[in-house]
Amino acid sequence: MVLNTMSYSQAAVLAVQREMEADERVVVMGEDVGRGGIFGQYKGLQQTFGTHRIIDTPISEAAIMGGGVGMALAGMRPVVEMRVVDFTLCGMDEIINQAAKNRYMFGGQGRVPLVARMPIGIWDASAAQHSQSLEAWFAHIPGLVVVCPGSVQDNYSLLRAAMQCGDPVVYMEHKTLWGLEGPVDESVQVPLGQAAVLRAGDRLTMVSWSRQMQVCQVACDQLAALGIQVELIDLRTLWPWDRDTVLKSAAKTGHLLVVHEAIQAAGFGAEIAATVAETLGVRVKRLGAPRIPVGYAPVLEAVARVSAEQIVAAAQNCLKPVTQ
Amino acid sequence: MPKKDALAALYLCMARIRAFENAAEILSQGGVSAYNKTADGSAKVRGPLHLSTGQEGVAAGVCAHLTPRDYLTSTHRGHGHTLAKGADLGRMMCELYGKATGFNGGKGGSMHIADFSVGMLGANGVVAAGLPIAVGAAHAQKLQGRSDITVCFFGDGATNRGPFLEALNWAQVHQLPVLFVCEDNRWSATTASGPMIAGPGASARSESLGIAAHLVDGNDVWAVHEKAAELVQTVRSGHGPRLLHALTYRVKGHVSVDLAAYRDPREVEAALKNDPIQNARRALLALGSSDAACDQMDQQAQAEVQSAMQSADQAPWPSVSAAYTDIQTTGAGQWF
Repeated sequence: MVLNTMSYSQAAVLAVQREMEADERVVVMGEDVGRGGIFGQYKGLQQTFGTHRIIDTPISEAAIMGGGVGMALAGMRPVVEMRVVDFTLCGMDEIINQAAKNRYMFGGQGRVPLVARMPIGIWDASAAQHSQSLEAWFAHIPGLVVVCPGSVQDNYSLLRAAMQCGDPVVYMEHKTLWGLEGPVDESVQVPLGQAAVLRAGDRLTMVSWSRQMQVCQVACDQLAALGIQVELIDLRTLWPWDRDTVLKSAAKTGHLLVVHEAIQAAGFGAEIAATVAETLGVRVKRLGAPRIPVGYAPVLEAVARVSAEQIVAAAQNCLKPVTQ
Repeated sequence: MPKKDALAALYLCMARIRAFENAAEILSQGGVSAYNKTADGSAKVRGPLHLSTGQEGVAAGVCAHLTPRDYLTSTHRGHGHTLAKGADLGRMMCELYGKATGFNGGKGGSMHIADFSVGMLGANGVVAAGLPIAVGAAHAQKLQGRSDITVCFFGDGATNRGPFLEALNWAQVHQLPVLFVCEDNRWSATTASGPMIAGPGASARSESLGIAAHLVDGNDVWAVHEKAAELVQTVRSGHGPRLLHALTYRVKGHVSVDLAAYRDPREVEAALKNDPIQNARRALLALGSSDAACDQMDQQAQAEVQSAMQSADQAPWPSVSAAYTDIQTTGAGQWF
């Protein structure tokens, strides 16, 4: 076991490098990828693998995503870069109608093994068009795998797993996690669809993913100080999501709180809460952002953030006896 | 191949497309819920059926130069392209019926007809969506060092969508082996294209990006065949993308239930006199062929379609469980 400390973005570079070494069908396409990507997530790769494998493209999200579909059908394994999830909206037909539906619509004649990287989340002072968390949109679409890594190790292991997957994968790194540092063991394999239990507890099950995991950790410390031991689950993959781990934990604790940075209304937390309520009948609660665009001014941006204090309050509320 | 034989092969290809679509049109009557009508569940071909009647010369003339290793992307009006690329007519009819023996196992129907085994990567329900896919496939061919090319059919209406510009720009920037073929049939759904397209259209837009465009009479299959031969050779030799702008006419309405009453009957009358199949027959006769020889090809096409209908009638429906297959491997299965 060799543990190297590196950043979330360096872990991503290493993952792409390892897959490109192992499989010559892997190529990267996107805006600014030759210069390393806007977050350094491809840094140095064009120097190593050449312009024919790390392909700089015009600003053309529809063509990058649609081109990825054509490339995959022709036997390649493209990684397509969207810069930020917000810009994926310019290539939405290509991912929803084309990439996700191709295999089914054509009766399994072709496969689309592409990885679409689309960073999510609030990006400081970047306002409404650069701060969205749209993971629920993609989890809603049959055919897509949705991954939201929240740690440096997971960003290495899950990106490799995504690049080995035979289905189109929506891979969502968080815009403010790129500098996060942590250990990476290259031998660790994390399968898609498997959650991680980060803290053991018996009073309440808390489920989250991506950067919000860090806020949840702070909240869990505060709750522990109050004598409330929380079982914290990092979902890691939103589709397919690890129902077994969540249900097992919720059955033990009898209480579920789902926390996400995305807007609460019609968010993916509703799917988890409903599944647990329908299956176990335990007390469930959701916590997400209000249904507002993210504002620019610090005071406005803060309204869109889910804080540790809110999480603590929601957890305590979830544990209160139901009053008639 | 002597011109007469080559032209006869193109004639048979067009006759086959015409016979297939004529039959499909009859089979689809009542099968679409639109224009205040409810779909008749007993129709054998259901859902939107977009016919390429009158446009057969473009499909036949271009695809004659392609091998099964060359790729093709198509539009929602894709029957002709698929047959011309060499797809089996019987399996195609089965797909229109929705039977398990169709190319797509009954999951696609007319609008998503495809035969990957001959390089036909699919018709598409979204206008202009095939363009970026074609460019990606061509990019892969270049990276793989193959001598194969990708041909991308699209209509004049598609030139107004962003992916058209994005795909052409990409193809030219990366000098990809792709031949863009604009089937300019003069109609965008039920609206005349002319007033909706600023400037001279596909050729001019292509030239503005440095991609040489060539205008051809799409209803003269031999003219298409000759020009396509030259362009396919150019693209295959690694000289980057080219665009063929074929002027033709969509004889039928946008979709099978659309009687196109909004059109000037004189326009349709003139188009019918310029039918690509009749034009080819006249050219064959001028080369010494006979009406009997042409009739025989028509009969052959009819017989293939009759046989396809019989086999489609007898073919099984997909199993209900097939609704849950071919979605994705990761996280597949029943999720409620």
